[in-house]
Amino acid sequence: MMGPQALPGPYALMRPRALLWPALFAVSLLLALLSVQIPAWLLRPPPTLMIDLAGATSAAMKWLVEDATFGLFTVKEATRAIATLVEVPYDAARILLVDGITEGKGRRATTIVPPISWIAVTAAMVALGIYAKNLWLGLLIGALFLYLAVFGQWESAMTTLASILIAVPMGVAGGLALGIAAFLSPLFNRILSPVLDLMQTVPTFAYLVPILFLFGFGPVSALIATVIYAMPPMVRITTLALRSIPPELQEFGRMVGCTPGQQMRKVLLPVALPDLMVGVNQVIMLSLNMVIIASMIGAGGLGFDVLNALRSLKIGAGIEAGLAITALAVALDRLSQALAARSGQGAVVTGNWTRRHPKTVAVLVLIVVTGVAGLVLPWVQTYPKEAMLSTRTFWSDLVEYINVSYFDQIEAFKDAILINVLLPVKRFLLALPWVWVLALATLAGWQLGRARLALLCLGLGLFIAVTGLWEQAVTTVYLCGISVIIAAMIGVPLGIWAAANQTAGKVIGAFIDTLQTLPSFVYLIPVIMLFRVGDFAAMIAVVLYALAPAVRYTAHGLRSVQPELVEAGIVCGCTRWQVLTRVRLPMALPDILLGVNQTIMLALSMLVITALVGTRDLGQEVYAALATADVGRGVMAGLAVAAIAIIADRLITAATARARARLGLAGE
Amino acid sequence: MNERPVKLACRHVWKIYGPHPERLLANGAAPTLDDIRRSDHVGAVRDVTLDVREGEIFVIMGLSGSGKSTLVRCLSRLIEPSGGEILFNGQDLLKAGAAEMIEIRRHRMGMVFQHFALLPHLTVLQNVAFPLEIQGIARDVREARAREVTALVGLKGREDYYPRQLSGGQQQRVGIARSLAVEPELWFLDEPFSALDPLIRREMQDEFLRIQNQLHKTIVFITHDFDEAIRLADRIAIMKDGAVVQVATPEELVLAPADDYVAAFTAHVPRAKVVTIGRIMTPGVAPETAGSLPASARVEDVADRIEAAGLPHAVTDAAGTVIGHVGARAVVDVLIGRGT
Ligand SMILES: Nc1ncnc2c1ncn2[C@@H]1O[C@H](COP(=O)(O)OP(=O)(O)OP(=O)(O)O)[C@@H](O)[C@H]1O
Ligand SMILES: [Mg+2]
Repeated sequence: MMGPQALPGPYALMRPRALLWPALFAVSLLLALLSVQIPAWLLRPPPTLMIDLAGATSAAMKWLVEDATFGLFTVKEATRAIATLVEVPYDAARILLVDGITEGKGRRATTIVPPISWIAVTAAMVALGIYAKNLWLGLLIGALFLYLAVFGQWESAMTTLASILIAVPMGVAGGLALGIAAFLSPLFNRILSPVLDLMQTVPTFAYLVPILFLFGFGPVSALIATVIYAMPPMVRITTLALRSIPPELQEFGRMVGCTPGQQMRKVLLPVALPDLMVGVNQVIMLSLNMVIIASMIGAGGLGFDVLNALRSLKIGAGIEAGLAITALAVALDRLSQALAARSGQGAVVTGNWTRRHPKTVAVLVLIVVTGVAGLVLPWVQTYPKEAMLSTRTFWSDLVEYINVSYFDQIEAFKDAILINVLLPVKRFLLALPWVWVLALATLAGWQLGRARLALLCLGLGLFIAVTGLWEQAVTTVYLCGISVIIAAMIGVPLGIWAAANQTAGKVIGAFIDTLQTLPSFVYLIPVIMLFRVGDFAAMIAVVLYALAPAVRYTAHGLRSVQPELVEAGIVCGCTRWQVLTRVRLPMALPDILLGVNQTIMLALSMLVITALVGTRDLGQEVYAALATADVGRGVMAGLAVAAIAIIADRLITAATARARARLGLAGE
Repeated sequence: MNERPVKLACRHVWKIYGPHPERLLANGAAPTLDDIRRSDHVGAVRDVTLDVREGEIFVIMGLSGSGKSTLVRCLSRLIEPSGGEILFNGQDLLKAGAAEMIEIRRHRMGMVFQHFALLPHLTVLQNVAFPLEIQGIARDVREARAREVTALVGLKGREDYYPRQLSGGQQQRVGIARSLAVEPELWFLDEPFSALDPLIRREMQDEFLRIQNQLHKTIVFITHDFDEAIRLADRIAIMKDGAVVQVATPEELVLAPADDYVAAFTAHVPRAKVVTIGRIMTPGVAPETAGSLPASARVEDVADRIEAAGLPHAVTDAAGTVIGHVGARAVVDVLIGRGT
């Protein structure tokens, strides 16, 4: 390896700067040690600085809901119209999957037409699996749905499926429309882009509160929140997919005389379809991710079951419902991925409709047959209670066994990390004067992106200060920071390994895929069981949840290094290690940074969820606001999280751009 | 050849990239390369004036970055030129409205792309039929036509393949078939064979000439390969830094290069490949001849025949009138480079 003296010119100039941050860190340590002597107004933002933004927001929302009008109609009427737009298809989906058509209300309701039977639904999913890929996928999906039936989760699962079935098309259609508009109009793109940034950084919880306020408690609110949450990636992917179409294909479309509409429908969208399907998969996964969160504002189904179990610490029931969500998630994920892979390669089958769609016909026949047979044989309609299995007691016993047998070990591990890592870092960060932290953030902004970035960091930092959420914000940074560092320390090596070794790549890939299909809440279940509540439990959940992008992006970055470059390295006589450290890793650095960036974003969103296990950060603020329906408080805390996220995102993006520029890669 | 009508002409066409190209060209100014560079602009096409005649293969060639693709995209108006006129059958293309442009492209122009630009989700047949589909032509009509041109490019039997199942050469055959499906009057080919390996490239060139002998299109063909240019071209335009340096037949380019740049391009070209016997013949009727040859025949192609015969060959012009004769010595002069 080259010694530092061998570094070329530009690096030499950076050396004083390389010393700057260690020096600043030393000063920070000193300041933290001396914090008792520092006057209070330097340590925490003084109350005179605070502005009651939360109160103002609450008042504004109140006005919006009660008095505001768009001239022709009031806001209230508008929200009602939107609610109907969502409610009608949702009710239809529920009729098909859960309720059937009934007469009367409540207990005395009698079923006129039953919902689609469990047999027919399962068969339909198997058929879809076979259509999308092969028999094996069909069988896997069939098994997962059978699991739902056998373990008594059917009705909840179908409720959840019904809302997914409504939320996904809405999210996809909305995302597609916005994405196309952003592709066609650079101006619209420039307006939309920061809005999307904000939406992706504001924790979901934060917009639950205003939605709750606007649409009231119930499945409609939950669906709207789900769509809003799941749409941004679709918008992004659409724009990106359209942009990445080779210019020759676009020119070709124009050369054969496509009208703008034909160009979009016949050339651009079909060519982008495989990428768009990745977006659809994202929308599905995010919708599932929202399932539990949305149950806080009225979604029923599996999410509600998990939440309920978590709140009352019924471990067995929680695990069962959690596993059911996982089963549903895995099934839908594999299915949509297979459909995405398939979308690149249409096959031409000719003949009439029944000939071309034998599986559809079979499923339709099965729906009718089982529907009729179900009138006579109840087990055909609903899976019989007597044949159900339950794992509840098994899980409860298992957890109890672990806790009783390994209590000391678990506790020792937890304490060691708490006392040696978590608490010192927390104390250190909390002891830093706010003015100093602000100055450091601004300086980092200046170094990476000059005045613009410096001002952004300063402005957002000041925003947090004046909302009076400084301490919670610092706690958030501490928890998130530690979790991200740990996640990166585990994730990046895993990614390297996955890229280096095919078998390892497959195993790790499958593992990460599964991790990513789990809705964020599910991570809480085992963590609560083993570590109960507190910062440590939160950290573990966050690390597990945020690990995936670090692994994925690292592996992807390493794999997509141009083979010529690697060969050039080998020809120069590099050892494998040198190829990795001198060619692959530097070239993959921008990707790895992107992965870390994603990890931070996931960690921040997870922190809001870990508020359930009793952390004292911004997440707790949001959660408390939700419980009391305090719009202003919830929005402010949400925006504070977003502020942290934006600072992190912009700093890392700037660092990535620098890395790219230094590598001579095309800037973005 | 001169009497053929002009199909496509461009007059003082400019394409300047940068913040304010219009300022550089204000009031009909003609900025020099230095002017353009100093103001942080890129002169991709500079003051190009050309005539492409009906039925000829007009090759544009030049080094990478010399502006060939930009020029051809200006000619087809895929890129809006910064200044100048483009006359297609005498009509100024730059004045055509959007709908009119669509009509012209649908029926009268075709283009083949360097990287094929096939639609990955369509079969060969569907790809070839695509331009017709865009025009709203009924399925069976367009598929019948597509089958015809697919057969013309030698892909019969592969109609239901997807592009990814074809080799590069086959993919470009699809690209060629597709651009021919609408029977264009004017055919643009932007380095159609550059992405193919040399053997396939030669095969495709032969194929291309065979098709052109059947169809007689007006062709603007781009390449950076001089050998390809002299094999195919009736006339060649050589570009450098966005400007056209010389427009001439391959023979003229080799024998009378306009400047050192062109000379450097042509230096390695064997004379026999470009020189026609019309140029080396002795005028007048020979007393005794072994046969007759057209004046446009290239030395390389007829050298064997002339050498094998003991007597000189008569040379005839396009009308078949004898205008001179050529013997083995003149041919050998060219082959060994004596006296040039
Ligand atoms: N969109 C653009 N913006 C700025 N400069 C451009 C743009 N497109 C092309 N150029 C510049 O115009 C010049 C001509 O490019 P062009 O693609 O026409 O060259 P070419 O002769 O086709 O080269 P090649 O053989 O590599 O295809 C180049 O210097 C290129 O960098
Ligand atoms: Mg080009």
